[in-house]
Amino acid sequence: MMEPQTILPIGVGDVVPKAEQAKRDGKRLVQIGCTKIGDDFEIIYVYDKDYQLTSYRITVKQADEIPSISSVYFGAFVYENEIHDLYGIHVTGINIDFKGTFYKTTIKHPFSVTIVKEDDSCQNK
Amino acid sequence: MTFFQMTKTVLKSLFTRPATLMYPAKPANITPITRGHVSINPEGCITCRSCQRKCPTQAICVEVKEKTWEIDNMRCVVCSVCVDVCPTKCLTMETQYRKVLTARGAKDKFPVAGPKKRDPVAAPAADAAKPAKE
Amino acid sequence: MSKQITIPFGPQHPVLPEPLHLDLVLEDEKVVDVIPTIGYVHRGLEKLVEKREYTEYVFIAERICGICSFIHSQAYVQGIEQIMGLEIPERAQYLRTIWSEYSRLHSHLLWLGCFADSMGFESVFMNSWRLREHILNDLEATTGGRVIQGVCKVAGVRRDITPEKLDEMVKGLRGIEHELQDLTNVFLHDSSIQHRLKGIGVLKKEDAYQLGAVGPTARGSGVAIDIRETGYAAFGKINFRPVVEHDGDCYARCAIRAKEMFTSIDIIEQCAKKIPDGPVDMKVTGAPDGEYFSRAEQPRGEVIHYIKGNGKKNLLRHRVRTPTFTNIPPLITLLKGCDLADVPVIVLTIDPCIGCAER
Repeated sequence: MMEPQTILPIGVGDVVPKAEQAKRDGKRLVQIGCTKIGDDFEIIYVYDKDYQLTSYRITVKQADEIPSISSVYFGAFVYENEIHDLYGIHVTGINIDFKGTFYKTTIKHPFSVTIVKEDDSCQNK
Repeated sequence: MTFFQMTKTVLKSLFTRPATLMYPAKPANITPITRGHVSINPEGCITCRSCQRKCPTQAICVEVKEKTWEIDNMRCVVCSVCVDVCPTKCLTMETQYRKVLTARGAKDKFPVAGPKKRDPVAAPAADAAKPAKE
Repeated sequence: MSKQITIPFGPQHPVLPEPLHLDLVLEDEKVVDVIPTIGYVHRGLEKLVEKREYTEYVFIAERICGICSFIHSQAYVQGIEQIMGLEIPERAQYLRTIWSEYSRLHSHLLWLGCFADSMGFESVFMNSWRLREHILNDLEATTGGRVIQGVCKVAGVRRDITPEKLDEMVKGLRGIEHELQDLTNVFLHDSSIQHRLKGIGVLKKEDAYQLGAVGPTARGSGVAIDIRETGYAAFGKINFRPVVEHDGDCYARCAIRAKEMFTSIDIIEQCAKKIPDGPVDMKVTGAPDGEYFSRAEQPRGEVIHYIKGNGKKNLLRHRVRTPTFTNIPPLITLLKGCDLADVPVIVLTIDPCIGCAER
């Protein structure tokens, strides 16, 4: 059994201050991930120091804009471009902004729809 | 010295047989538990559709009315889940790899026996088929 | 100030087995800026979790990558077990450790071969792939699959290894250890290799940490991040030290991988000694309700599987942060200021696995 984890909810405005604080504390950015829950999108920022994870969660709508933390952590641009391309959430001020060409998908923002499990139909029907 | 180590390897390679096999001419090395391809014993299948529901790639299609069991060889990833869940053990994992396919949608269809009416084996299968109908 | 030109590197390039595109901005022979592009093979495997039951999804999670496949499935089931509060049998934990170290061995041997081949050292390529065949044969004999093992399942493993086979495996590893020693000695002490790698592509320690480098890329720069130290699976009961180098150049990253293979052999041997008897799986009922960040150490570094379930058979979200994905920003920093001729070597020293990065 591994140790339990907690995810602290924060507001959109706290994202950059928390990132700056994490950097001052000597933490590294582990990942930024997005999850679609109903109509809301949860974005989780995870930092790590000495194998201890610190996670912050913000909840936004698809039309909302979120600030980029790539000015604090240079490596954040891959995650932020990914969130923009897969979920369609606009991230402002990314240092390397691909403007929607990071993943070139046929369907725009493919992860922003929820798939409903169909009743095991055969694949050829 | 690195020079002599290389010489050792070179000499060894000179006097040993090649490490590779002439694969299609000679059969590949297989072990008793190698996952090669799925095969079905049509008499044992009771069309319970467990394999179809559990298949991670939706490669299996069971028609209850027509009593057929079909596998799409291009979709099958040979994970052997269907073999594990089959209630009558009519599916087996063969150790030989499948022949090379040249076209998409290479499907194998087998007419199967279907559910046995008075057989007690059919009882758990009927239970298993229920959630699929919901 | 000379004129800047842009050279496209990849997605089709002789040294790259997988599609990664880099726009290299050059001034004369020096790279001044790099813009990476991925997304050529994005498959959206994470999205499939909404259509499959969480128990069958293991086989999809395993197919994220063809080389570190076992550790992907291990990290995924670990997360599920953590959410559901399952205490799985100890023998299964040890077996997972053994197989994950086997897959680390085969991944590093594969990398060594590809890397040597990219520099024109083809005899090392042949020899390391010959040794890798031994590892793959052992994996096939114990799991049934060569690169996609398919043995992990929620709450245990699908196959057991007999004590006799375990002895045979350890003996076999001891047998190839000498050959491996010869191979890595030749590779690491060769003067042309050293000339090609030493002092090239230096990643400073602070940069490596702040840019989020993981695995051998971070450890080559002196950042001792090794998730195995957190003691997941049976790693908590095994004595081992992560290999750390401090130079931060290409040579350090190669030396890390070469030395890690011997650590892996040692770990497997310790596991074979300590493995307890008992069952290898347990019954599982219900479905996960909760969220967890499951971490594991892949050959390329730390992998994170974020799992969120709501008590139904289909999970809400499965998000994988693969090591190559987070090693892209360090790669950009590495490439700035290097010579054009060194670009292929530097790209390969982070061991890019684009199939992993794009899921």
